[in-house]
Amino acid sequence: MAMTEGTGPAAPVMGKGSMTVRVVERPKRTFATQIFLIEVWKGLGVTFRHLFVNLARHALRALGITGQPGAVTIQYPEDPAVLGKRARTRHRLLKREDGAPRCTACLLCETICPAKCIRITAENAPDAMVEKRAKTFDIDLGMCIFCGYCAEACPVDAIHMDANEVEISSYSRKDMIWNMAELLGDAPKVPGGTA
Amino acid sequence: MTGVDLLWTAVKVVAAIVLFGLNIAGLLGWVERKQSAVMQDRIGANRADIFGITILGLFHPIADALKMLTKEDFVPKGVHKPLHGLAPIISLGAGMFCLAALPYGGAVTFAGRVWDLQPIASSMGVPLVLAALAFGVHGIVMAGFASGSNYGLLGGLRGAAQMIAYEVCLASALAGALFLYGTLDLQQAVLWQAHHVWGVLVQPLAFILFLTAGAAITKRTPFDLPEGESEIIGYHVEYSGMKFGMFLMTDFFESIVVCGLITALFLGGWAIPGVDLLAMGAAGGATALIAAVLMLASFTVKVLLLLFLLMQIRWTLPRFRFDQLLDLGWKNLLPLTLVNFLVTVWGVYLWR
Repeated sequence: MAMTEGTGPAAPVMGKGSMTVRVVERPKRTFATQIFLIEVWKGLGVTFRHLFVNLARHALRALGITGQPGAVTIQYPEDPAVLGKRARTRHRLLKREDGAPRCTACLLCETICPAKCIRITAENAPDAMVEKRAKTFDIDLGMCIFCGYCAEACPVDAIHMDANEVEISSYSRKDMIWNMAELLGDAPKVPGGTA
Repeated sequence: MTGVDLLWTAVKVVAAIVLFGLNIAGLLGWVERKQSAVMQDRIGANRADIFGITILGLFHPIADALKMLTKEDFVPKGVHKPLHGLAPIISLGAGMFCLAALPYGGAVTFAGRVWDLQPIASSMGVPLVLAALAFGVHGIVMAGFASGSNYGLLGGLRGAAQMIAYEVCLASALAGALFLYGTLDLQQAVLWQAHHVWGVLVQPLAFILFLTAGAAITKRTPFDLPEGESEIIGYHVEYSGMKFGMFLMTDFFESIVVCGLITALFLGGWAIPGVDLLAMGAAGGATALIAAVLMLASFTVKVLLLLFLLMQIRWTLPRFRFDQLLDLGWKNLLPLTLVNFLVTVWGVYLWR
């Protein structure tokens, strides 16, 4: 649809009388609100309702009768953390169908990384079509800012940030560095292990 | 006064402060956390455990007390040391004294002797408690002044202005009720209500005014301007460790005292409608013991229900601005209390 300049709703003519003003009525201070008591009891009604409804829900749950939870709290270490569908979590390196890592050591992720937490060394790949592959691929998660640029930059879809793992803390800075085997899922992350 | 009388008085005073006051104050710390949590759709503190047992977080007050006791009692440079140390003691002591003057029960006859369940019986009970409550403001001003800090001093001054405004309302709200009861003795006021009707039915306006002013002098939200823990910082900004804990305890103690006063003066004290506890107490033997337990239980339940209501108000309303607070006290509550007094006097004059 062609739109003539200045007549469509997208570009209204600014001028006298064209601006609309919405008048917002301020709440009037009536005698009923001025004596506080009625308003206080209205507020108490809301909080009392929440209190007793939640108490009933807690009691029903404790008795084993399933119902709605009485609180929105997630008791984290006991209950699993609820992650968003698109949450950026720990990195994961992906493999091709034949089991070799997809990474071609093009260094795009290392280049774009604003935190400079990726360190890749390359070597010749036995597959002539690939030419290069990563010899080592270390990510220092202690420096990573979880921006997701590496996954975005990768031309061969070799790195994702969807391991859905957020418990990556450790007792030393060295242990925050994950190597290639660990990122591929070939070796478990061992505290104090090789980095 | 015989030796037994003295011993009995000492036992009653200690029981009122330790069994009644400290237990409920400790419980209030838990109620404060849990009640606010449940009404805000949260769970509340539930992690403190002894051998893995948590009982709904009931150990948190104990953990709090241990923390307060073991923390460093840091006294900053530039404070007035004697007053700095004295302030929390005065605050807490005033609250404790009030607890000892409340009528927890009437007289019961047991083992051939009349045992009065009120720790400190006085014909001037109401002025005594009000004076002791008002004395607590000295602790606040002292704390603010001795801290050598402008924040503390401003908090103390806010506290003084607020306490004076609401002490006046507190006392004059009672004037009508006391005129009706014809006594200044808390025990006699309870007896009048036991024989006639509860004070809240004949003095409803005074009840509301006293509840409001009472909430104000306990310095809790919506009247927590002297403390303003979260934003404006109050008189106890330079306190740490158990001295800070004593100021916190004072709040709880004053809440209990105000609720005890309301119970005694407006909700019939230890009296239960339809049950003649005095006659039961005079009967002696097991009946008298049952009467004593009923009196104590009735008084405690009424106080706990009032505390529950005050706690709910505390977690529902936002804080007043300071000019609104003083307006409410001087321009609204005080004239209303005086009108209430005049109407009561006129009504009693016409009735007789």
